[in-house]
Amino acid sequence: MPASAADYVVTGDAIERPLEGAIGDAARGRAIVANRTLGLCLLCHSGPIPEERFQGNLAPPLDGAGSRWSEGQLRLRLVDPARLAPDSPMPAYYRTDGLSRVAPAFAGKPILTAAQIEDVVAYLATLREPGAAR
Amino acid sequence: MKRPARIWAILVVAGFAAAAGAQTATDGRRSGFADMSPALQAIQRDDMSNPAMLWVAEGEAQWNARAGNAGKSCADCHGAGESMRGVAVRYPAFDAKARTVVDLDGRIDRCRNEHQRASSPAPESRPRLAIAAYVAFQSRGMAIAPPTGGSLDAAAIAGEALYRQRLGQLNLSCAQCHDERAGGSLAGVAIPQAHPTGYPLYRSEWQGLGSLQRRIRNCMTGVRAEPYPFGAPELVELEVFLMRRAAGMAWETPAVRP
Repeated sequence: MPASAADYVVTGDAIERPLEGAIGDAARGRAIVANRTLGLCLLCHSGPIPEERFQGNLAPPLDGAGSRWSEGQLRLRLVDPARLAPDSPMPAYYRTDGLSRVAPAFAGKPILTAAQIEDVVAYLATLREPGAAR
Repeated sequence: MKRPARIWAILVVAGFAAAAGAQTATDGRRSGFADMSPALQAIQRDDMSNPAMLWVAEGEAQWNARAGNAGKSCADCHGAGESMRGVAVRYPAFDAKARTVVDLDGRIDRCRNEHQRASSPAPESRPRLAIAAYVAFQSRGMAIAPPTGGSLDAAAIAGEALYRQRLGQLNLSCAQCHDERAGGSLAGVAIPQAHPTGYPLYRSEWQGLGSLQRRIRNCMTGVRAEPYPFGAPELVELEVFLMRRAAGMAWETPAVRP
């Protein structure tokens, strides 16, 4: 399951088509976001997941992400955010090249699988700002 | 009535200056000590409750114990442990005989091999940490004063490059957290500025003493990188850079951290 740029097409600042044609599930996506050793999201971001008490403040809150970005835009921001912001600390969740000294247990593997990324995209798309129309 | 008030004010100002000690209060650098809870700060301040003092005491016993095929103690050559005052704040240093840069632990280990003709205890083992803690403890309160020179300057440059290099599956550099996001919350835990002012130190998370190399390796594991092995030149280079970055700050060994 090699992850590389060949697996998807970037259009503007988005990847419009789901990775590997997977269909995301928002409930599974929420569980991945909340999981500190899988999604890792709440280490840096905060989000509307009240049962997770210790959340980060190093990156923008996830609240409202679905109002700010389309699913395609969210997908590219997860897959390879360095394409948009090279200095961002946000890891590329679906890239295995261009990395240094990756620990053997993680070598050649993306942080999340294509199916997991689709789940997270589906969840983030549900996070609307109150009153925002889209 | 006015005069005593003025004297009192002067004393207060002098007291603050003394408390700030070697660490300049104006340049924004903070030891991790400053961000700890008052309870944990009190434990570090009180030698009777600081758990790291157990290692210091063990180190003192080692200092005076004859060891190795040479049957010599540290004290046989160096005299009292107090003779080590000022050493820890200027390591890593260039070892002219080995023609390489060594950190304090590496220097002690060379002494052990060459002069005591004793074998090296494993990295992070209790005897190794204890003697390092005892030697480093002698410099407590002094200002960090890294030496300069060709090899050390080169090591500092290499160390800074490593500090800024993105590593691991999570692709993060030291600088991205400890320079650019220090003070922020990583899952509810404040990110420190990463000044190595008190190693080896007692960390609650470890339930024991550990070296700066152990701490750096922990961070590397955290970003899912393959850590450099203990004693690797890269870790010593990072130590050189971090000590220069902390130059002038007060030495705390044996420090306590959460």
